[in-house]
Amino acid sequence: MEIAFVLNGAPVRIDTTPTRTLLDWLREERALTGTKEGCNEGDCGACTVIVTGPDGTPRALNACILFLPQLHGKAVRTVEVIAGPDGALHPVQQAMVEHHGSQCGFCTPGFVVAMAAAHARGRTDHEDQLAGNLCRCTGYAPILRAARAAEGAPIPAWVAEDAAAARNHARQDTQADDAHPVFRPDISSGERGDAARGAESPPPTAPDAALPKDSDALAAWYEAHPDATLIAGATDVGLWVTKQLRDLAPVAFLHRCRDLARIEVSEREVRIGAMATLAELHEVMAPLHPSFAELIRRYGSVQVRNAATVGGNIANGSPIGDSPPALIALGATLHLRKGDARRSLPLEDFFVDYGKQDRAPGEFVEAVSFPRRPDTLSCQKLSKRFDQDISAVCGCFDIAVEDDTVTRARVAFGGMAATPKRARAVEATLEGQPWTAATVEAAMARLADDFRPIDDMRASAGYRLRAAQNMLARVFAERAGARTSVLEIAP
Amino acid sequence: MTVAKPLPHDAAMRHVTGEARYVDDIPVPAGTLHLAFGLSQIASGRWTEMDLDAVRAAPGVVAVITAADLPGHNDVSPAPTFHEELLSSHEIHYAGQPLFLVVADSHLAARKAARLAQVTAEETEPVLTIEQALARDWRFEEGPRVYGRGDPEAAIAGAAHLVDGSIEIGGQEHFYLEGQAALALPQEGGDMVVHSSSQHPTEIQHKVAEALAVPMNAVRVEVRRMGGGFGGKESQGNALACACAVAARLTGRPCKMRYDRDDDFVITGKRHDFRIDYRAGVDDEGRILGLIFEQFCRCGWSQDLSLPVADRAMLHADNAYWLPAVRIVSHRLRTNTQSATAFRGFGGPQGMLGIERVMDHVAHALGRDPLEVRRTNFYAARAEAAQGGQPPVGPFRAASPRSISAKMRGEEGAAADPSLDLTSRGAAQAVAPQPAPRSEVPGSTTPYGQVVEDFILPDMVARLVESSDYRARRAAIAEWNAAEPICKRGIALTPVKFGISFTLTHLNQAGALVHVYTDGSIHMNHGGTEMGQGLFQKVAQVAADRFGVEVERVKITATDTGKVPNTSATAASSGSDLNGMAVKAACDEIRDRLATFVAERQQADPATVRFEGGRVHVGAQSYPFEDVARDAWMARISLSATGFYRTPKVEWDRIRGQGRPFYYFAYGVAVTEAAIDTLTGENRLLRADILHDCGTSLNPALDLGQIEGGYIQGTGWLTMEELVWDTRGRLRTHAPSTYKIPACSDAPPVFNVALWDGRNREETIYRSKAVGEPPLMLGISALMALSDAVAACGGPGAPYPALDAPATPERVLAAVERVRSA
Ligand SMILES: Cc1cc2nc3c(=O)[nH]c(=O)nc-3n(C[C@H](O)[C@H](O)[C@H](O)COP(=O)(O)OP(=O)(O)OC[C@H]3O[C@@H](n4cnc5c(N)ncnc54)[C@H](O)[C@@H]3O)c2cc1C
Ligand code: FES
Ligand code: FES
Repeated sequence: MEIAFVLNGAPVRIDTTPTRTLLDWLREERALTGTKEGCNEGDCGACTVIVTGPDGTPRALNACILFLPQLHGKAVRTVEVIAGPDGALHPVQQAMVEHHGSQCGFCTPGFVVAMAAAHARGRTDHEDQLAGNLCRCTGYAPILRAARAAEGAPIPAWVAEDAAAARNHARQDTQADDAHPVFRPDISSGERGDAARGAESPPPTAPDAALPKDSDALAAWYEAHPDATLIAGATDVGLWVTKQLRDLAPVAFLHRCRDLARIEVSEREVRIGAMATLAELHEVMAPLHPSFAELIRRYGSVQVRNAATVGGNIANGSPIGDSPPALIALGATLHLRKGDARRSLPLEDFFVDYGKQDRAPGEFVEAVSFPRRPDTLSCQKLSKRFDQDISAVCGCFDIAVEDDTVTRARVAFGGMAATPKRARAVEATLEGQPWTAATVEAAMARLADDFRPIDDMRASAGYRLRAAQNMLARVFAERAGARTSVLEIAP
Repeated sequence: MTVAKPLPHDAAMRHVTGEARYVDDIPVPAGTLHLAFGLSQIASGRWTEMDLDAVRAAPGVVAVITAADLPGHNDVSPAPTFHEELLSSHEIHYAGQPLFLVVADSHLAARKAARLAQVTAEETEPVLTIEQALARDWRFEEGPRVYGRGDPEAAIAGAAHLVDGSIEIGGQEHFYLEGQAALALPQEGGDMVVHSSSQHPTEIQHKVAEALAVPMNAVRVEVRRMGGGFGGKESQGNALACACAVAARLTGRPCKMRYDRDDDFVITGKRHDFRIDYRAGVDDEGRILGLIFEQFCRCGWSQDLSLPVADRAMLHADNAYWLPAVRIVSHRLRTNTQSATAFRGFGGPQGMLGIERVMDHVAHALGRDPLEVRRTNFYAARAEAAQGGQPPVGPFRAASPRSISAKMRGEEGAAADPSLDLTSRGAAQAVAPQPAPRSEVPGSTTPYGQVVEDFILPDMVARLVESSDYRARRAAIAEWNAAEPICKRGIALTPVKFGISFTLTHLNQAGALVHVYTDGSIHMNHGGTEMGQGLFQKVAQVAADRFGVEVERVKITATDTGKVPNTSATAASSGSDLNGMAVKAACDEIRDRLATFVAERQQADPATVRFEGGRVHVGAQSYPFEDVARDAWMARISLSATGFYRTPKVEWDRIRGQGRPFYYFAYGVAVTEAAIDTLTGENRLLRADILHDCGTSLNPALDLGQIEGGYIQGTGWLTMEELVWDTRGRLRTHAPSTYKIPACSDAPPVFNVALWDGRNREETIYRSKAVGEPPLMLGISALMALSDAVAACGGPGAPYPALDAPATPERVLAAVERVRSA
């Protein structure tokens, strides 16, 4: 399929197979080998690039699991061209040299680019900003010193230029959608033998790939191609291609459906569009449910959260996805659409079994919503490493206590069963009971009735159960004011 | 002086701009092909049939190569007495073993095709664990190796207290950020040029020559840099280089291979995991009177470098402690898993962790401060250490390579010399040089007979105890723990004494090649490889210093087997010790020629000629260095020289376990504070204070980087990095999604590192000390701090935490519950 974007300040128009990754293309076609492959699955950050979309915000993304069509209309920056045109190093590059931030140097381009993105956005929470970049040599200390040293240095001009280019592109793209088929990568009106395509229109080289411009276009196309693979942030689908080596066709890229990315916070409810990224979700949750926000802070990395969507995190049906347990605990409702038909169901009912969801062919996730209530949510993510690690157990507890009595208890876990699942026996044991250590202990014991977890490389079944029980004890201790996390301890 | 300056890494500018090239970044000629291995899905058995039709028919596939197609030796092992097939000719030894080789027009096409084979195999029950291997007595060497002295049984029987236990120590994946990679470019006349991401270009050359059945002079190997090695590229690159060379030979086209990260995990070896059982007899103060270690080392399926790794574990079983009566038994067990290989420390860390566990356990058993128990057991601080005097040692007797190869031939029964790999650490030294008789110095002699001559740890510990405020913090932590029901803190100090030299004595040699051009620029080459440790920069600083010029004048060039031959791996922390000396020798050779030349011209004494500030000073005159170079050339004086170095004093009999395997020791001390959550076992490092001995540092900034990075790598090994195999021998943690190395936030928020301002008492390059491996073992303090935190959960008389490694949340929680249940 033909797509257009801006690479290091210069427009690019290419015809590509839909599931070619940016990393592969940069290295193989453009000889831009500064961007490295360390894992090919989004976990090391060696392939970090900066992508600026129509909103003008420069974002760090992992090029190894970023398909070229996802870049359509955006501006991409690679490590080779973040220095000034006069050859002066970018402030983070300079700081990395001065602070001995590179040893073998293989991770360095990824770090430098992630640091440049954070720098452009004025972020100084360096450990979070760099959680998605692994370095095996330095032990990170000199890299953090460099990041701090570059704080506040002038932002290079290309940041604004990329933003302008992306905005400009978006404008053209909209016009093109309406007037110039040649600029129209959108194929909502049919991708094959499309009469609307003028003579100047390039032949559709990928008849089985779509870039719908909004959810209506998506609905129509997907209904006509119910066996297609939808690609949202590609943080899962990317690995199907890079690791499972699957050929995906037909595919539809959802990122242009900005109407699916809306987040609405009203008096009564919070409604999150399927295409809202985890990064966007984080911002909304911070004031509403800080514990959920903290869970998201530890979800993947900046690069992953900039790509991954709420819809993808739900639709993939993973038993270890982090947002479903939290959303289930909040009493969320899932909104699905097929063609023009819409339906809603409690989120927990969507997860039928391992690999099986209540989603019909051609049906997609539109949004998830949950009622607005005072915050009583506690989310706990347990993994071998604090940052960027998949949960062994993710426990989410929405427990409301009035006059020392539990008035509402919704408890959901990830990592404990074949799907994200409510702990109904635990809930029943808590609800209506006095909020005491004895009640909590009784509820902990019931967890074994709710779950039969499995052994795997992340944890044993016994540990999962024990830790999940203790999470409830932790909620109790937390509410009693005790210190319950090693992350709160200052050296 | 360019030496001792904290200059940046020579490639720092290229690193940050993305300009630095690694193997996969080298522009390749049109028509270059890409390779991928087809891997065994089973861990043990024989394949009987391979249906490769679908592989051959897959898009982009140019050729499929099996063992039967190989033109030369089907062996990529670094061990001369063990064969490790490049492609399985039938036997299957582990899940992940290469069975066939796909040659295709893209990396992706090769990977896709490799999955299409139909392999029929007779599967047998795999041997996976230490226990299973012991039960089957499946091991390398005829039986366990035993080193020691005295009668430990009697000493233990007579001691006031017996402390015994066992520790399991997990392995570790290198996770070099750049995966294994090689590129072979066929040349005229059947020659081959190979670019490899390897710590051991000579071995690559040797193995490729064998694979192609050509002499070594037909193969040239170049290594500009690696994106990390850590030991994982000492022998593990052989397979890729040989595969590329063979495919290039068979297709006549350039061939490149890089492992996808998952393949890298599944195919290549890792750090050896160990179980160490111990029995110690101690007095009331915790002084060790007798100690027996039984080390069970899981080597994986092939011998690779396991023998010297296991030897080094034995040689570090004492760490910093005088053990009057000791026996160290080492079992080298064979299993149907990836062949464990070199990894920073090379067995030393595991051996050292054994004795540090004993110290911790003894302190707990006697209710004493672990630091005091450690001090009580320290080697004696010796008087001449401070003065740097020369100790009496036996005469230097290098084992002659000829006699070694003769003996090996005898052992192997092999006819041809090419199968011998004398430059590999896998080469078991067969000749037992009789070590010169040496007298035992009580309190100072190691179990293997080497006297610890410069035991500076007591002073280092004293200084770190003070600078880290260890005592006050320990008291504060006890108070804090008493008040906290859920989280607990712990603190520990552990020392490091690490032996520097290849234990295979003949590897302690290095060569260099230096040219001075007529414009005064300098071209430097040596046998060492750059993997991030800053070797090239350090050695360039040496070269610049010898000529009295700024370091920018020194061109650092790729390691090249055509320039400096027959090199040892860049390993055993020896890179700058060996290559720095070799480069110094080459520079001094040229410098002496220049000095003689200008002195003669000036009627002066050559000894008075000085090279300083970019000029050559003679008498009252001085000339720009480049003018002298040009004039010397005009006078027909050679401006090129080779340099050679061999480490003095080392001699070692690995069978008897006696001698002086190490030229000297490098020291370090760390204090780590950690916190645990007793509900989930989650844990975190809060603070680390380190004092490390680099002798007179060649470049303090680079050394600091090695220390910080080594420490974090060590803590990763012992806390979160967990390798998990399933019951069929398949590695379940085969990517960074499932195998977690430390990330940014895992470094302790307070991290103080200082260099000990000493100088090496031995005549090393500018009296510096090796720094590559030793700091990794500072990470042991993190495990001990966690153990301390777990112990804080128990009341009086509670059992010892006996925390195994890695101390994942799951293991910590189990230890907490064990301690609390009593
Ligand atoms: C390095 C890394 C770290 C990660 N860490 C975490 C973590 O900490 N916690 C966690 O929960 N997950 C984690 N993940 C998993 C992943 O990020 C999530 O599952 C993610 O939310 C998927 O969203 P996406 O937009 O990238 O989905 P995609 O990969 O684009 O799609 C995933 C699936 O959902 C389908 N889909 C997407 N959108 C829709 C829709 N609107 N309607 C119907 N179907 C749809 C796709 O067809 C596909 O089947 C991690 C992944 C990576 C690579
Ligand atoms: S290569 Fe590791 S994140 Fe992309
Ligand atoms: S410098 Fe080597 S991985 Fe970071």
